[in-house]
Formats: sequence, C-alpha cells, structure tokens
Amino acid sequence: MSHPANGNETTVSSRTMELIVAAAFMGVAALVMYDSWRIGARWGSDGPEAGYFPFYVGLIMFVASAATFGINLFAVSASSNFVGRSELKQVLQVLIPTIVFVVAIGYLGLYVAGAIFIAYFMVVLGKYPVWKVVPIAILVPGVLFMMFEVWFLVPLPKGPLEAAFGY
Amino acid sequence: MDALLSLIHGFGVLGDPMNILYMFIGIFLGVLIGVLPGLGGANGVAILLPLTFSMPPTSAIIMLSSIYWGALFGGAITSVLFNIPGEPWSVATTFDGYPLAQKGRAGEALAGAFTGSFLGAFVATLLITFLAPLVARFALQFGPPEFFAVYLLTFCSFIGMGKESPFKVIAAMMLGFALAAVGLDTVTGQLRMTFGSTELLRGFDFLVAVIGLFGVGEILLTMEEGLAFKGRSAKINPRVVLQVWAEIPKYWVTCIRSAVVGCWMGITPGGATPASFMSYGLAKRFSRNGPRFGTGELEGVIAPETAAHAAGTSALLPMLTLGIPGSPTAAVLLGGLLIWGLQPGPLLFVEQKDFVWGLIASIYVSNVAGLIVVLTTVPLFAAILRIPFSIIAPIILVICAVGAYTVHNALLDISVMLVFGVIGYLFKKLGYPLAPLVLALVLGDMAESSFRQAMLVSQGSLGVFYANPLVGSLVTLALVMLFWPLISSALALFKGRGDSTLASSK
Repeated sequence: MSHPANGNETTVSSRTMELIVAAAFMGVAALVMYDSWRIGARWGSDGPEAGYFPFYVGLIMFVASAATFGINLFAVSASSNFVGRSELKQVLQVLIPTIVFVVAIGYLGLYVAGAIFIAYFMVVLGKYPVWKVVPIAILVPGVLFMMFEVWFLVPLPKGPLEAAFGY
Repeated sequence: MDALLSLIHGFGVLGDPMNILYMFIGIFLGVLIGVLPGLGGANGVAILLPLTFSMPPTSAIIMLSSIYWGALFGGAITSVLFNIPGEPWSVATTFDGYPLAQKGRAGEALAGAFTGSFLGAFVATLLITFLAPLVARFALQFGPPEFFAVYLLTFCSFIGMGKESPFKVIAAMMLGFALAAVGLDTVTGQLRMTFGSTELLRGFDFLVAVIGLFGVGEILLTMEEGLAFKGRSAKINPRVVLQVWAEIPKYWVTCIRSAVVGCWMGITPGGATPASFMSYGLAKRFSRNGPRFGTGELEGVIAPETAAHAAGTSALLPMLTLGIPGSPTAAVLLGGLLIWGLQPGPLLFVEQKDFVWGLIASIYVSNVAGLIVVLTTVPLFAAILRIPFSIIAPIILVICAVGAYTVHNALLDISVMLVFGVIGYLFKKLGYPLAPLVLALVLGDMAESSFRQAMLVSQGSLGVFYANPLVGSLVTLALVMLFWPLISSALALFKGRGDSTLASSK
C-alpha cells in the first residue's frame, strides 16, 4: 500500500517508518534481554534459569530487527510516502475519539461511554441528523446491556447512571 | 472402522437439541462477523468466547467452531457483491466473483462460492475423521524434545512459507514469545518482565491482543481507505442454485485439486489465505478456461473458496491432535479449550472421546447447516452491508472493548487492546505478519516448557534434538523451512546459471 508522494500529502516516508519500527523492536529486544539477564539466563543448578528462554528470544528479535533496520538504512530505491495527510487525518479522527472513549469507560461505565461514542461518531463523521442518531446510540448499548447483564450474567464496567438504576 | 464407530457416537452427542440450536446461532453470528469489516473469524470468536463460559464445553466449542465456519462462508458475500474481501482468504474470490456480479450473475457466483466452500470443508472433515486418530496415537509416543521439534517446525514454516520479509516474520514471532513470557514463570516462580507492576503480573492475554490487532487495527486501515460501499444486489433462488449445482461436476478436477491444496496448507500452518491464492493460481494455469479467468468465470470463484474452506477446516487437525493450531482462529479455539480445562493434544482423543467426536460430528452437520443458512439469508446480509461505515465502525469498536474487558474483567485490558490496535495498523502497513505473533503468544508457554523439559533430560545438551530419527528428521525439516528463503534463492541462482550456460552453448 504505497501512496505516491506528492507535495501537500507528504507526512513521513515509509523508509523512516520502517526504521522507527525496527528501532522500536530493537529497544524491546534489549529490554527483554536486560530483564532476562537480571533474573538469570544461564544454566542453574537445577536446570535452565527463568530468563534462559526469553533471553534468546530477545537476542533473535534484536538480530532480526537489526537486519531490517540495516536493509532499510541502505536501501537505494526511492522511498514512498507512508500515509497521506488526508488519510492520516481520517485515521486520527477515529483513533482519538476511541482513546477518549476507552478513558471514559473508567468513569462513566461502558454503556454510557459507548452511547456517547456512537453518537459523536455519527454526528461528526457521518453528519447524521439528531433524530437518526439518538435511537441507534441508545439502542446498541441497551441491547448489549440486556445481553451481558441480564441474559448471560457477565458484568461489564458500570458508572453512576447504572448505579442510579440499582445495578 | 474405529473412527466410524466413534463418529456415530459423536452424532449421538449432537442429538441434544440445544447443541443444534447453538450451532445455528453460531453460524448466523459467524456470517455476520465475516460480513462486517473489522470483525473476523479470529477476533469474532475471541469476543464471543466469554459468552460461552456458562455453557458445557461441548456446546461451547460447537458454537464457537460454528462461528468460525460461518465467518468462512461470510467472507465470500462481501467479495462477490462489494468487491471488498471481508476476510483475507476471500481476496482471491473477488477476482472472478465481482466481475460475475457486475454481469448480473451474482446469484450464480454466490451459489458457486458456497458450494465450493462446502465441498472443501467436507473433504477436510473426512481427512480429520480418519487421519486425526492415527496422528494422535502416533503423537502419544512424543516426549518433550519431539513436541518442541513440532513447535519449531510450525514456526519455521512461517518463515519459509510467508511472502513477507523473513526478518520481519522472525521479529513479529519473537515479539509474541516475549509477550507470552511476561508475568509469573510457572517453573521457578520468578517474575519476568513485570518491572514491579502488579497489572503486568497477569501477563498479556492473546485474546486481548487478537481483538486489538485484527479488530481495531482493521477499522483504522478501513478508515484510511475511506471506504464507500457500492454493492450489487443479489437474489438467490432455487433455480439458480440447481443450475450451478448442475454445472459444478464439470469442474471436478479443479475442486479436487483445490481441496488437496487447501488441506495441505491447513495442516502445515500456511493457512487459508495462501491456500486460496495458490488454488486460484493453479486453476488459472491448468484450466481450459484459464485465459478467461478474471473476467467472471465460475471456476475462478469455486477454486479459491474450496481451498480456503478446506484449509480453514483442516487447521483443526493439528490443533486437536498436537495442540498446535494451524491458524489464528484455531489458536483462539485452542485458547477456549484451555479455559475449559481441556488440554488439546494426543491425550484428548483418549480422555475426552465424547468431546472430540462430538466436535468432529458437528463439523459435518454445521457445514450443511451453514450452506442452508447462507443460501437463504444472502439478501439480509447484503442489506446489513449497506449500513454506512460511520454507523458500523463505532458499534464494532464498542463491541471490541466489551470483548477485551470480559476476558479478565480488567479495565487495563481495554487500553492494551487499543495499543495492540495501533501496532496492528503499523504492522499491516509495513508488512509485518500478524499470524506468527498471535501463534507465538498462544504457544509461547508450551513451547518454552517443552524446551526446558527437553534440556533438563539432556542436562543442557542440544544433542537431545538429534537423539532419535523422529526428532532428528523433524528438526532437520524445521531447519530446511527456516533457511528456505536462502535455499530457494540459491536454487534459483543455480538454475539461472544452468539456463544461461545452456543458452550460451547453443
């Protein structure tokens, strides 16, 4: 999925992104190796120590990502754009409300946060009139509530509204 | 003969009407999951897993596997009607399915796809019925070194078979192993990579990872593409179906070849997606209609669908007999089995006969049921597909959050899911494969413990992996797969040189 890099759409090149991700992999691998070494990655008196297996996992991950890093660092081919600006905007339009939604679950409970999230999404991204939005935003969490709390007895995070109704 | 008797016993287990009901619910939910963008077999089953906790294990796994068959069927609907593959394995179905729909022959394409799927699944189920008990009996002799060798072979074949960069496959796989190691080490009782956090004590649950990687990641990707649904309408009536069924015997060679390709790719963990592409490619090459493929040939719809379903079904064979799933969705089913205290592996066939044969019998019945469900409900699902993305997307995200929460009743897991979603999006854009990551996360603990036990037996000598012919040949095969990219390019170089010397001697 490479997009042609044109003037106003350029964000970051695929190559830069490849390098960042490979470097992140190497960082994670180093962390894994460090922690495994800390708890013992050698042969103990009673067999392999707790860090023995993860240490080599980290080592292999480090070497493989270093290879990816190297390949991209010395790649001669023209680098394409990782994601267009308008596309990135669309992705963030979903991602940021979702993050807010996930944080809100802790305070409002899943049902209320879900209703607000669906409503926001439909109004802002879908440009739907309010009379179309409200039924869906109430109905979907309502059905989920019936399914989980009433029929299958699986409790989901609940907030002040549910508490007011006695749940 | 033994297998046949056990199978008849298995159909007895199915006699419970509740099991049949769960099967139909499962198939319906499965088709729904297959049709909706962002929900697929793997994360769909993961999200619905907690709902089955109150059921008996046999009913639960029948419902979950039915969801899986339903998702396999459902992918074809979007491919044919909307030119959007609902599942990765139905990409090849769009090549001829959508052109047929454009010609107004959507009904034929769908009937062909569903029938092909059914045939592929049927062949794979026959294979499971008669081969699985033999494999299980053989695997009873396995010790820790043999099991580790089988794990090694599984993971090495991802490197050899994958079309992604081998370094990226290895990196993604090792990330899975590393995440699996987080938490309490069950052998020594030490804490690994928790960095003092009590939340990390639990480790990373692969179900949460699956929901994030496949669900949230997929929504982000779909959003980027700015999806606009422009679908063809479809009517399926009995006349069209019968007409297609009359036509299918003409393509018997393609059907058999696709089923064989599918079964092979399903058992070795190639999975349904490469199987469908390979089958389409082979059909195009060998069929008399080959040159017209891509313009709307029924054969070009049947070939990939038969292979995808055969692969999807036969992926259960290594899962049941060895405890090694052949696909991410099979991995989720395996996770379900573990939650109910059933340890997949050769002993399952000895200790849980009712369960195993009930499941195998259910595959036969649920594929017939699936065929009936999809043939009758296509217009309904086509209508669901016309619901705009800005309504469907938030609902799916809410459902993903519910699924991630219910795995452990932990709020942090919802945030973890979101992080995995972003990782999934980045990985897909950069060509890191997700399947090895998920399988490593599932199998990490088991692979590690078999490795440790093997090393304990041998007192730390790697020689134990060449101690007998069985483990030796498994390890050798694994190494061949590991270095296959190098070997194949060396062979190509050698062949190329051979050709050029031939050319120069002329």
